Amino acid sequence: MPKSMFEKIWEAHVVRDVPGESTILYIDRHLVHEATSPQAFAGLKAAGRKVRRPDATIAVLDHNVPTLQVRGRRVLELVDQASALCITTMEQHAREFGITLFDMNDERQGIVHIIGPEQGLTLPGMTIVCGDSHTSTHGAVGALAFGIGTSEIEHVLATQCLLQKKPRSMNIRIEGSLGPGITAKDIALYMIGRLGTGVGTGHVVEFSGSAVRSLSMEGRMTLCNMAIEAGARAGMVAPDETTFAYLKGRPFAPKGALFEKAVEAWKQLPSDPDAHFDTVHEINIDGLAPQVTWGTNPGMVVDVTGRVPDPADESDPQKRRAYERALEYMGLEPGQKITDIRVDTVFIGSCTNSRLEDLRLAAQVVKGRHVAPGVRALVVPGSMQVRRMAEEEGLADIFREAGFEWRASGCSMCIAMNGDRLSEGERCASTSNRNFEGRQGKGGRTHLVSPPMAAAAAIAGHFVDIRDF
Amino acid sequence: MEPFTRLKGLVAPLNRTNVNTDEITPARFLKTISRTGFAQALFANWRYLGDDQTPNPDFVLNQPRYQGATILLAGDNFGCGSSREHAPWAIREYGFRCVIAPSFADIFYNNCFNNGILPVTLPEPTVLELFKEVEATEGYTLEVDLEAQTVTTPDGRVFQFPIDAFRKQAMLQGLDNIGWTLSHLDEIRAFEERRQQEAPWVFSLK
Repeated sequence: MPKSMFEKIWEAHVVRDVPGESTILYIDRHLVHEATSPQAFAGLKAAGRKVRRPDATIAVLDHNVPTLQVRGRRVLELVDQASALCITTMEQHAREFGITLFDMNDERQGIVHIIGPEQGLTLPGMTIVCGDSHTSTHGAVGALAFGIGTSEIEHVLATQCLLQKKPRSMNIRIEGSLGPGITAKDIALYMIGRLGTGVGTGHVVEFSGSAVRSLSMEGRMTLCNMAIEAGARAGMVAPDETTFAYLKGRPFAPKGALFEKAVEAWKQLPSDPDAHFDTVHEINIDGLAPQVTWGTNPGMVVDVTGRVPDPADESDPQKRRAYERALEYMGLEPGQKITDIRVDTVFIGSCTNSRLEDLRLAAQVVKGRHVAPGVRALVVPGSMQVRRMAEEEGLADIFREAGFEWRASGCSMCIAMNGDRLSEGERCASTSNRNFEGRQGKGGRTHLVSPPMAAAAAIAGHFVDIRDF
Repeated sequence: MEPFTRLKGLVAPLNRTNVNTDEITPARFLKTISRTGFAQALFANWRYLGDDQTPNPDFVLNQPRYQGATILLAGDNFGCGSSREHAPWAIREYGFRCVIAPSFADIFYNNCFNNGILPVTLPEPTVLELFKEVEATEGYTLEVDLEAQTVTTPDGRVFQFPIDAFRKQAMLQGLDNIGWTLSHLDEIRAFEERRQQEAPWVFSLK
């Protein structure tokens, strides 16, 4: 019987599947960070349990780390004792349980969803979990990767397994080709706008189609990263030559003959031609315009050439109220042109868009220009490795000369836990993933865009159509 | 795990769709290593004026008639966004034992079970009807029976809700999930041996 990639990976990880019980699913890789794990380790200790496979567990500091260039412990404690406690607790737990930790001064440090693929910790065919919803990112290599809560982190630490109910499968076929300046981020936002923020609930989504095949690994990661914003716990893309070439030589990827053997196995992963999916959607992206969110969830999005919608045009009363509340929070008027919206801050970073490719695209726009007066612009590379590579190829200089702040890596202003945040009423063009109320700081107003669109907004001081810029 | 069997309680309506976990527990409250102390954090950006202290009289949970509510009625896609378990911790600590909505985000839904909160899914028209009744009737209560999988209104109408059979039993008994999985350790070991043969590169981390 033909099988989907999801079914193949699922079946390869079933430890126990008895009718009337949840499935015991084996987890190959457990990624841990300081923001959601302290209570899981505490629970483990309270129950007198051990970490079953420290060798399959990797920890990194990302949510709370300062992105200023100097990251000594002393500076951190002075700035924020609460963040410092989360960080030292992670360090203690890593030592106590024998888990490898990429600490603040480790050259491999970065956002957990950036460093996983970058270090080759994330491989095709794996089950991968992390106490973070954007774990869906890792599905880009052809893995089943999803976010879990803290109680589930404790479960995986103790057992290397999770109790799961098998999700439904969905195939989102994305056909067509991207025009100049249009990116995977625009595809993701357009898709969520079309299909809705809850379309993927209860599903694992495989992204397929010509547009997905021609995306780089970085683009596929951006797309899978945003799967959770469409409600899907996991997004995935079938591994192919692009995937294998990306993974070859990465520090934790298999080497030599073992790599070749792995590739042979990975080639069996893609969905069979007649595989069944519970739900299928198709999207065409020919002629896609740059996307800009205007509201307070990622589905509230329009073309940059469009206008802020009028709630009065909405017939569904719940949707109308949601639109009214969003416009009030965002400080926007119905019918306002998107290109007339001025920004105070520009944030290029986050697990969605802070890889080298993202920084290259943004730097191309910025080169030889300067940030508009009054605009604060930050580039926060996704990992210290991305930062080093960007420095080596001159991107850092381009950003600095244009008036951008060039930071060290971390989650930074995507979640505003480390001091990088918006103030009340401040408006931001952000390459991150969530424009929720208060996400980038209480009262902050977030517009989600691609890296080149964010870069262009920093230069112009308002949104512009990157195609004419 | 805290067991849940049946509950008769006051209902508070939060008539919004896509309520996300950043709204339930803003990220500034995540900077802690504790599993408690989140009651104050619940809906903090809506609940207070400015300083996380002064109650906002316009926010529904601050209305005197909803004090002591144990059931939260909410819109579609409740709990979307981040995986933070701080969201159900805050909901539970505030006093809710049950959330009723037309749909829940997956991670939040799972997290509820691990914290003694019963997430009840009812069809959207039913939830909209319940919103009208709650808003129209001070002191409106519902009775939730997990064993029977029913929600009963004050005038005796009964709505069935679906729930996974294993999870239902786990919640009724207050099962230690981790202990249950560890009772199958032999099967886990056998799986690991097989997997190591089939995909040795997965085990080559160290």
